[in-house]
Amino acid sequence: MKMDDPHGKRMPGGVVTLAHGGGGSAMRKLIENVLLPAFNNPLLAALEDQATVPLAELLVHGDRLAFTTDSYVVTPMSFPGGDIGKLAVCGTVNDLAVSGARPLYLSCGLVIEEGLEMAHLAMIVESIAHAARLAGVSVVTGDTKVVERGAADKLFINTAGIGVIPAGIQISASRAQPGDAVIVSGSLGDHGIAILLARNELALDAAVMSDCQPLHGLVAVMLGACQDIHCLRDATRGGVATVLNEFATSSRVGIRLREAALPVNETVRGACEILGLDPLYLANEGKLVAVVPATHADAVLAAMRAHPAGLEAAIVGEITAESAGNVILSTAFGGYRVVDMLVGEQLPRIC
Amino acid sequence: MQYADEFRDPAKARTLVEEISKLAALLAKARGRPLQVMEVCGGHTHTIFRYGLKAMLPEALEFVHGPGCPVCVLPMGRVDDCVALACNPKIIFTTFGDAMRVPGSKGSLLQAKAEGADVRMVYSPLDALKLARENPTREVVFFALGFETTMPSTALTVLQARREGIRNFSLFCNHITIIPTIKAILDSPELTLDGFLGPGHVSMVIGNRPYDFIAERYHRPIVVAGFEPLDILQSLWMLLKQMKEGRCEVENQYKRIVPEAGNAQALAAVAEVFELREFFEWRGLGSIDHSGVRMRAAFADYDAERKFGVPGLSIADPKSCQCGEVLKGVIKPHQCKVFGTSCTPERPLGALMVSSEGACAAYYRFGRIAIKPVETETVAS
Repeated sequence: MKMDDPHGKRMPGGVVTLAHGGGGSAMRKLIENVLLPAFNNPLLAALEDQATVPLAELLVHGDRLAFTTDSYVVTPMSFPGGDIGKLAVCGTVNDLAVSGARPLYLSCGLVIEEGLEMAHLAMIVESIAHAARLAGVSVVTGDTKVVERGAADKLFINTAGIGVIPAGIQISASRAQPGDAVIVSGSLGDHGIAILLARNELALDAAVMSDCQPLHGLVAVMLGACQDIHCLRDATRGGVATVLNEFATSSRVGIRLREAALPVNETVRGACEILGLDPLYLANEGKLVAVVPATHADAVLAAMRAHPAGLEAAIVGEITAESAGNVILSTAFGGYRVVDMLVGEQLPRIC
Repeated sequence: MQYADEFRDPAKARTLVEEISKLAALLAKARGRPLQVMEVCGGHTHTIFRYGLKAMLPEALEFVHGPGCPVCVLPMGRVDDCVALACNPKIIFTTFGDAMRVPGSKGSLLQAKAEGADVRMVYSPLDALKLARENPTREVVFFALGFETTMPSTALTVLQARREGIRNFSLFCNHITIIPTIKAILDSPELTLDGFLGPGHVSMVIGNRPYDFIAERYHRPIVVAGFEPLDILQSLWMLLKQMKEGRCEVENQYKRIVPEAGNAQALAAVAEVFELREFFEWRGLGSIDHSGVRMRAAFADYDAERKFGVPGLSIADPKSCQCGEVLKGVIKPHQCKVFGTSCTPERPLGALMVSSEGACAAYYRFGRIAIKPVETETVAS
C-alpha cells in the first residue's frame, strides 16, 4: 500500500518486520530509504556509530552545553495539531530552550512494533525531519529497534538534544524572588484536551488543536527583552500547576496566581467543566511559564506577544515571601485555594 | 461560557457574602457557637473548595462535609469484590475514573489493572454496553455506583441491553440511596447540625418531597442547592434566613433543574430494575438499613453478583481511620489522627482521601493553608 504524506512525498509500502531491526540488509535499506533522506545532513550521512561535532562550532554560541533526553509514547500517534514525531522534536527542543540554550543537535531512537506500516513510519519520520528543520536543529545520530508484536504500542521515540547556553544566562527553578512576575505564554491545556478528544472516548464534538510547537524562538525574544529571566520551564505533563509548585519548592517562595488572568481557550474550559478536570493540570506541548523581575515584566510580555508562539501570553501572578513552598490561587469568584501538586493523573469525576 | 459564568459573578457573590455574614453572626451569637451546615453532596464540597468559598465566609459558619461522595463511602469489602471480578480473565471490568484509586484490603482497581486485570475507564454505562457489543466473546461488567443521580442511567442501560438481546453485559450494583443515610446522620446522638444543603443532582431525580421528614420530624431546615458557587451562596442565605425567621422548611434553590415531584420517567426505570437491599454497608458509617439497592430477580442475567458470584466479605476499616466521625461532622478532616500523615492522597487509608469530592482530599488539596501554614518540606512530597 502506498500513501502520500502531508509534505507531498510518495511513501514506501509494506510493514516493518523484525528483520528491519536485525542489523542486516533490511535494516540498511530502512536507514538508506527512509531515515537518511528525511534527516539529510552530513553528520548523519557519515553513518558512524556517533556524530562527531567540532567544538569550535559549539563555542560560537556560548559557554555551556545543555544536554537533555525524553521519550515519547502517545495514543493516537497523530492528533489535531501534531503527531508523535513533531512531539518528539518539540519536546526536546523545548527542554533545551527553557535553559536559554540554542538547540543544535538531536539524536533519534525509534522502538518500532513489528507490523507498523512502513508508510506510517515514513510519515512520522518525515514529520520529525520537518519539525527539526523548522526548529533549526539537525538529527545527527540515531538508533532503530524492532520489537515483537505486542511488546510496544506501534512506535516509541526517544530523542536526546544538545544545545549551547550563551554566556551570562542563568535560568533556574531556584531563582524566583519575592516581587517577580509570573508569565504564561498562552492558553492552558490545549494539548491535553486535544489528545482526549482524539482518542474518541468522550463522545464530545469539539475542535481543539494541540499546541505542540518549538519554543526556542520565543525564548530568544524574551531574553532579548530581559537577559535576567529567573525561572523558565515548559509546562508539559502536570501542566502549569506542577511547574509553579516546582518553582515554589526550589526557590522557597510563595506564588500567588490570579485565576481571572489565566488564559484558557473556551472549548478547553467547556470540556474541563464537563469532565471535572482542571486546566491548570492539563498537559501542554508548546507553552512555557516564566518568572521575571517585576521591572522587566511588561517588556518581556510585549516581546512575547509580538512572537507567534506567545500571542496570548499573560502575567498571571507574582512571587511572594509568604506561604513559602505553596501556590495559592485567588479565584475569579473572590476566594482563594491552594494549587497543590497533582497525585497520579487527573481522573474524571463520577458526577 | 454561557450558562456557567452567570453563576460566577464576583459582585453578586460579595453582596450575598455580606448578607450571610450578618445573619450568621446573629444566629451564632444566639446559639453561643458557630452554625454547622452540612452539604450532603460531594459535588458541593468540590465547589466550596474549588472556588475558595470557605475563605470568603465568616468563621461563625462552618461546613460539615457529608456522606455524598459515592466513591468515598464504598466499603473495603466491595472494592475487594470489584478486584475479584476484574481478575476473572473472562471479564472486562468497566468503571468511572475516580473509583479506580479507592483502596480495598488487597489494593485498588488501578493496582489490579497494573497487574494484568482488564480494567477500563468509561464515562457512562452506555460506553460499557458498547464494549459488550464490540466484544461478544468477553463478559463486560459495569461497576454501577452512585446515588439516585446515576441510578437512572444504569437502569436505562440494562433495559437497553435487554431490548437488544445483549447477554454478555452485567452490573456489579453498588448504588446507594440518600434518604436513609441522612436519617442515620440525624439519628446520631452526636448530632450538632443546624441545617442542610440538599443534594441537587439527586433531587433532580427524586424531587423535594422525600426531604419533608427532615423539616417536620427533625426540625432542621434544608435548601436543595445547585452546584455553581452562586448557587451555594444563595442556598446558604436561604437557609440562614429560615433559621432567623424560625422556619424549618424544604426549599428549592435549584428550581431551574429540580422539579418538585422529581423525574417520573427516571424513577420508573429505577423501580423496574432495582429493589431495596435490607441493609448496605458504608465506609465509616457501618451498615445502614435499606440504604442500598440490588437488581430485581427479573434482571438476574444482568446482575454480576448472581452471574459470577463475588466473595462478599465485610472488611473493617483501618482502626486509625476516623472517616465515620468526619462523615457525621463530629470532627473536621484535619482533626483526624492520620490526616496528612499516614493518610494522604498518595497513600489513602480512608476513602475520603481518594476522590476529589472526598472531604479529606478536598481539605488536603485545596484547603490546607486555611488550616495551618505548611512547612516547605512537606509540601514538596
